[in-house]
Amino acid sequence: MKLYYDLHLHSCLSPCGSDEMTPGDLAAMCALAGLDVVALTDHNTCGNCAPFCRAAQAHGLLALPGMELCTQEDIHVVCLFPGLEEAGRFQRHVAEHLAPFANDPEIFGRQLYMDEADRVLGEEERMLAGSTDLPLEEVPALVSSFGGFAFPAHIDRSSYSLLGVLGLWDPSLGFPLAELSHRCPPEFTSRPDLAGVRFVTDSDAHYLDQVWGAEHSMEVPERTPQAVLAWLAGREKSETA
Amino acid sequence: MTVGEVREALGWKAFHTADPDRRVTGGYAGDLLSWVMGRAGQDCAWFTIMSNQNVAAVALMADVACVVLTEGVEPDGDLLRRAEEKEVNLLGTGEDTYTAACRLHRCLT
Repeated sequence: MKLYYDLHLHSCLSPCGSDEMTPGDLAAMCALAGLDVVALTDHNTCGNCAPFCRAAQAHGLLALPGMELCTQEDIHVVCLFPGLEEAGRFQRHVAEHLAPFANDPEIFGRQLYMDEADRVLGEEERMLAGSTDLPLEEVPALVSSFGGFAFPAHIDRSSYSLLGVLGLWDPSLGFPLAELSHRCPPEFTSRPDLAGVRFVTDSDAHYLDQVWGAEHSMEVPERTPQAVLAWLAGREKSETA
Repeated sequence: MTVGEVREALGWKAFHTADPDRRVTGGYAGDLLSWVMGRAGQDCAWFTIMSNQNVAAVALMADVACVVLTEGVEPDGDLLRRAEEKEVNLLGTGEDTYTAACRLHRCLT
């Protein structure tokens, strides 16, 4: 079946995410946009994933919990998980690798925990905007060990991207898939170093009006997180654990 | 020396000078923003080739005296707007980072 996806979305827990990106409103916006499968990927946290997934499911969407991890090289990697339990365990791991700074909401923005009814539950005091001390080369295996799948975010952008920082695509890192931003020029993917790499395009929405319509789709045998992760990894579902 | 005096002495470009009288006491060079965030000293001139809006946030966070974009890098529109909003001193030079840092050092000693 064909599912329209957007697997890179930020909520109000991301310091740079709009405070209007509440889990409930974001899920409603995704449903309005005609999406079928969505993932919440705040910076270095999965803390709003539970309310987002519940709200998205209430709208009939398939929702995956996720995180946009910032590696020690300042490279952003989208990490997606089959369920909240796996995402929660991964988040606890990442929390031990965050930079030891407090967030300054005046500079970076607020980091709000909310429930699916848009009630503020609290504010994250640690700074989520910085990098972790996790090296990029360990990310694919690390995320896989938590049952998830990881792909480098917006590789066509100059900042916080694998190509922006490293300059070249290195196949030995073991990423079969990369994300393109919606502004990526079509000829970008014909770079010789990207031969054999598969791509997804996500919105990376930080504001409600950046959640776009159903444009990018995947073909999966069933409507489950496992099938989505298997499609991303380029495997048949039967091969997944 | 102040940001304004350094800029004038070294002939660097001013993209935005919110506070030209701010004192410069040293320098720091680095492009990985989260690395710079925890390490650039207060009141230093920060040399970088990064030109996105997060540069302004990091400059505020580290409380540097000014940002110096080297290698002829121009700030993107978002960075310039952020620097204006948040009153970040934003300078630029066509020199490479090493040369710019050496010149600043000679200027300050």
